[in-house]
Amino acid sequence: MANTIDSILGKYKSGRREELIPLLQEIQEEHGMISEEAIVKVGALIGLSTTKIYGLATFYDQFRFSPTGKVHLRICNGTTCYINGAQSIIKIIKEELGIDPGETTRDGSFSFDVVTCMGGCSNGPIICSNGEYYTYMRPEQIPSLISSLKLTIDN
Amino acid sequence: MKEISVDIKSYLVENVLLCPTDNFAPETEKILRQIKREKNNTPVIFLSSGTSSIIAGSEKTYSAIQSYISDNRNDTELVKVGCTGPANFEPFLCVQLPGKNKLFFRNITEEKVELLLNSVFHNDIHEDDIVGQTGTKEFGMWQGIRFMDELPFFAHQKRVILSNCGCYDPESIEEYIARGGYRTFIKTIGNYTFEEVCNIIEKSGLRGRSGGGFLTGRKWKEALNTPSVSRYLICNAKESDPGAFTDRTILESDPHRLLEGIAISSYAIGASNAIIYMRSGSDHARKRLCKAIDMAREYGLIGHNIFSSGFSLDVIVRIEPGAFVCGEETALISSLEGKRGMPQLKPPYPTTSGLFGKPTVINNVETLMNVPLIMQNGPEWFRSIGTENSKGTKVFAVTGKSRYSGVVEVEMGTSVRTILEKIADGIKEGNGFKAIQLGGASGSFITEANLDVQVDFEAMKEKTLGMGAGGFVVIDDSICMVDLVRYYMDFIHNESCGKCIPCREGTSRMQEILEGVIRKPSSEDSGTTLERFKGVMQLESIASVMKDTSLCGLGQTAPNPFLSAMKDYREEFEEHIFDRKCRANICRGLRTFVIDVDKCTGCTACASKCPVNAIYGTRLQPFFIVEEKCIGCGICYDICKFSAIEVK
Repeated sequence: MANTIDSILGKYKSGRREELIPLLQEIQEEHGMISEEAIVKVGALIGLSTTKIYGLATFYDQFRFSPTGKVHLRICNGTTCYINGAQSIIKIIKEELGIDPGETTRDGSFSFDVVTCMGGCSNGPIICSNGEYYTYMRPEQIPSLISSLKLTIDN
Repeated sequence: MKEISVDIKSYLVENVLLCPTDNFAPETEKILRQIKREKNNTPVIFLSSGTSSIIAGSEKTYSAIQSYISDNRNDTELVKVGCTGPANFEPFLCVQLPGKNKLFFRNITEEKVELLLNSVFHNDIHEDDIVGQTGTKEFGMWQGIRFMDELPFFAHQKRVILSNCGCYDPESIEEYIARGGYRTFIKTIGNYTFEEVCNIIEKSGLRGRSGGGFLTGRKWKEALNTPSVSRYLICNAKESDPGAFTDRTILESDPHRLLEGIAISSYAIGASNAIIYMRSGSDHARKRLCKAIDMAREYGLIGHNIFSSGFSLDVIVRIEPGAFVCGEETALISSLEGKRGMPQLKPPYPTTSGLFGKPTVINNVETLMNVPLIMQNGPEWFRSIGTENSKGTKVFAVTGKSRYSGVVEVEMGTSVRTILEKIADGIKEGNGFKAIQLGGASGSFITEANLDVQVDFEAMKEKTLGMGAGGFVVIDDSICMVDLVRYYMDFIHNESCGKCIPCREGTSRMQEILEGVIRKPSSEDSGTTLERFKGVMQLESIASVMKDTSLCGLGQTAPNPFLSAMKDYREEFEEHIFDRKCRANICRGLRTFVIDVDKCTGCTACASKCPVNAIYGTRLQPFFIVEEKCIGCGICYDICKFSAIEVK
């Protein structure tokens, strides 16, 4: 893994400040998260202290500091999904998985994020699981959805 | 397109892009018609493929059609196009048979494909799925099928900047050029000076579509007249308001016109660097846009010394890393410079000192989409559309509880009532109308009384409304306004950057107080009622301080939903505070749940999920809820498969 961070850093040799965010975005795209190692290396390249890099990365919602689960759920909480009942869905997912948005379950199988508007307003509430969309979700469907997703991990 | 034998790129550049007149040679016209798939002698199927189509399942439909074609009609061409309109018709399919008008079908999921295509290829059309036809009223017409522009959804719109959406393959630059694209850009850089372009745009009366409504031409001039070695143009495509998706639809359906607009605008201000600042999470739009940029570069439309005009331009895409406040100009610039996206004091405005201290113009997607059309048709054409002070059209993303939803475009001066009742066809499921939320998380509510307000910068301002990014959320009477206001406040509170105190503290206090209004108290006495009442009274003073003293637009407009709801739906707030009642039965804290003994099967689903263990019972016997323990979270209500839990 260390190699890939180095090879990404190699693309940004100039080390200018304005390349910091695209650089972090690329690392996250490759690794799914920003690790401590990545922050230290990026800091050395850009010439900023690690606290500054960490401070910047935590300011933005996009960056994660723990790996995503094998199944990563994104739940839409845009206005339309909200008025169609996304809140209940989020609550039940929290209850079912025992984690809060942005966290990962201990066994590393599930993680979930709440996002504002994925762009499918007329089909809401929407859940996106590893790129696959589930539309018109009802709260009572969540437990069976999660157990079927669990099966896909086990297989 | 299969029959074209010439090297398409050099042919189009020589005979179309660089052609001095609009009358092309007959042979060129023929090739252009082929590229546009007009007068084809083989069938063509067009499938919408925006984000909303993909969510509705268009990818599966695509593979189903592909396998149908290879099994049955392998002369058929299948093309992915952008979004045409009604999002509730997705996946939206269009079939063009040789010599016939185009036919449009709605909700074509994968299992419907075979039946539908079988019937269409045998000229036997199913009434249920058909939406309409487009084309001529001559030979090609289908009898007894209405035309698309007769549909109320389209009849009341004026699609100018959306005119290409859904009509061509956004991943094909050839098709865009065949439709007359990029010729305006080449004419502009060949025939006009920087000032002349600015003058034309100023004369047209085009105003920024992001809310402020500043004259675009004047903004450009300010940047142009600031002496500097380099200037920047930023296209703000970061719409992250919950419920706004106009920019994304445009990026996915017509990326080339946006690029042309960016190219012309960059020329007008003498910028050789343009940046498109997109929101994160819309990968589909990003891929299409990057592909469009690559193609334009290949055609020499972007790059060094474009068509020997001496003008060079580089366009790059940057993805915002997820912060709502970065929609604000100065915060956006900070973020592009690799800093925290926090707003700065203005002045200096970005037009004099923006990105890296250089003059920078920031325009949003909708504004830039107008530019090629104005340069092509002239400022007088643009002035003829709209009202006295607001020219042109406005794009809205209609969503919520309306019958039709999707991206719509109306002429300035159209009333909000027309959009709601004609285009969106009113409220679905027979509920009553309550409000329209315009302009996203910091917008205001339009009540029944204000429905006749015109889409116009001044008319809206007069009623203290704002159009914002074009979010148009229809709210019916099944929704609780107090809860909705709290939702928006939650959102803004999360997104407040924390730089200035009025916004940082104000949003958290407002959120706390609203939370208190809908929370279930452990003990109910007159003291807590007074507490809630005092809280809401304080909200008004917090709101006015935030409005006056916050650093940027986010804080200044954050109290808008609350102030607007308080003015028009005061009685709902009072019910929540004094009677502890939510008329829409949304606020969970104010509901009590009971289990219907006849419906309960004793499956234990609710008891195992109850976070406070307030549900008791024996397996396979009816359960019951202990009211004193219940915190009103509603998980049991949502999880029950037998609708055995009722709200009292």
